[in-house]
Amino acid sequence: MAVAPDTAGIRGVTGIKDATAIAGIGQTSFARQLTENERTLACRAILAALDDAGIAPAEVDALASYTMEETDEVEVAKALGLGDLTFFSKVGYGGGGSCATVAHLAAAIATGQATVGVAWRSRKRGSGPRPWRNTSVQLPTPAQWTRPFGLLRPSDEIAMLTRRHMHEYGTTRDHLFNVALACRNRANQNPDAIMYDRPLTREMYMTSRWISEPLCLFDNCLETDGALACVVVSAERARDCRRTPVYIHSAAQGLPAQHHGMVNYWNDDPLTGPAWTAARHLWKHADFTPDDVQVAQLYDAFTALIPLSLEGYGFCGRGEGGAFTEGGALESGGRLPINTGGGGLSEAYVHGFNLITEGVRQLRGTSTAQVPGAATCLVTAGEGVPTSALLLRS
Amino acid sequence: MLTPVVDEDGAPFWGYAAQGELRVQTCADCAEPRFPPRPCCPHCQSFASEWRAVSGRGRVWSFVVPHPPLLPDYAELAPYNVIVVELADAPRIRLVGNLVTGPDAPLNSFPPERIRIGARVQVVFSSAGLPQWILERP
Ligand SMILES: [Zn+2]
Repeated sequence: MAVAPDTAGIRGVTGIKDATAIAGIGQTSFARQLTENERTLACRAILAALDDAGIAPAEVDALASYTMEETDEVEVAKALGLGDLTFFSKVGYGGGGSCATVAHLAAAIATGQATVGVAWRSRKRGSGPRPWRNTSVQLPTPAQWTRPFGLLRPSDEIAMLTRRHMHEYGTTRDHLFNVALACRNRANQNPDAIMYDRPLTREMYMTSRWISEPLCLFDNCLETDGALACVVVSAERARDCRRTPVYIHSAAQGLPAQHHGMVNYWNDDPLTGPAWTAARHLWKHADFTPDDVQVAQLYDAFTALIPLSLEGYGFCGRGEGGAFTEGGALESGGRLPINTGGGGLSEAYVHGFNLITEGVRQLRGTSTAQVPGAATCLVTAGEGVPTSALLLRS
Repeated sequence: MLTPVVDEDGAPFWGYAAQGELRVQTCADCAEPRFPPRPCCPHCQSFASEWRAVSGRGRVWSFVVPHPPLLPDYAELAPYNVIVVELADAPRIRLVGNLVTGPDAPLNSFPPERIRIGARVQVVFSSAGLPQWILERP
């Protein structure tokens, strides 16, 4: 007998909507320098996340990570005594892959390819080498078109888009300061944040040294050592776990047509980046809209990514991302509190994975900067590279 | 200083640049220019391409001024400018480069505070075969 058409239709249309949930989160401490190596830090974060969920390592049958992660699946599975793995994936483009790791696990679990998935990120960026310094690996296409001219670092590449955004839309350094300040203010409430006891003032921001004009020191994320992990299971299983389930409502990746990575200047429209593409899919599969998002964790390797993301994910119109930050909109009690753990700018820069765990804390009601009654949260991955995003709900 | 690590698709660009010519890869079937160079036309999927000479005129689309920490050779010149030039003949082709005071002048030769988005620029070439940009009307 055939399956009833409406049932088949619902399954086909809803996809992963609320079918899975994040049941556990874990992390190491964050610091400019940690003594343990990346593999050890990864193991500690994953065990902490499994313990948080109340799930044994032997039950894990899926892993997801992102590129530039030195600790691979074989090492993690072997070291931690995981079970037989039936799904593993690695998402490209560095910080653009953060949310996609969770999305891949959600898809694998929703389609029955696995039952318990772990995503993680372990990184020693604070004490380790900076990738742009390694001249031997940085010059394949498209670097031949940019590096010889002194456009060397991600900061230089994003500064180029920032200057253009300022020129076209009247975005100002005060708008970027609003972003840096919102992140720092939240970090000042979070004892685990690297900038917990370091308040930021407008004076400090405006007189700080340049990194790449128009971006100054405080427009750039921290350099951090640390690791984080989260556990994804079916929604049904999550309801039996220790913690309040945080449902994965909608997820998307985004790699726009004719995209060129950080140096998107060769795209017809460089100021509409991957966020726009991810957002279209994300909202198409969601039961709510940007107006219903109560808190957001927006990838903040650079302050200037926030106006771009606010526009891309539909919180304001194109070109209005700078103005959106005015009047305390990004602060607690504002229209859209962001990066409530401090984000990459002030908590820790671990390729955005701390934004995912902070999103989970908000929906559990356990954030150090809790948005009262928060039931919906947008989490985004790196804008400016092929990206990903998650809509989480309690 | 870093020199371009040339790949197969990009080699003709650098070959022409070494002769003091700015050329852009263009589809031999639909005439659509494309950058960076690649094997197939994204508009018509043709593998036939040619290298069309362009006037070498353009406008500053955006610019940055990097400060250290930078690679040592660049740190010595910092602060210097890096510009993106939108080509007059092919408005969606934008080349990264430096605004300098003349051929072979260092990347920090033109004062950053005098750079304006929209300024008209003209290509020149360094002795190493790198395209550089000078103001069309200094
Ligand atoms: Zn063509």
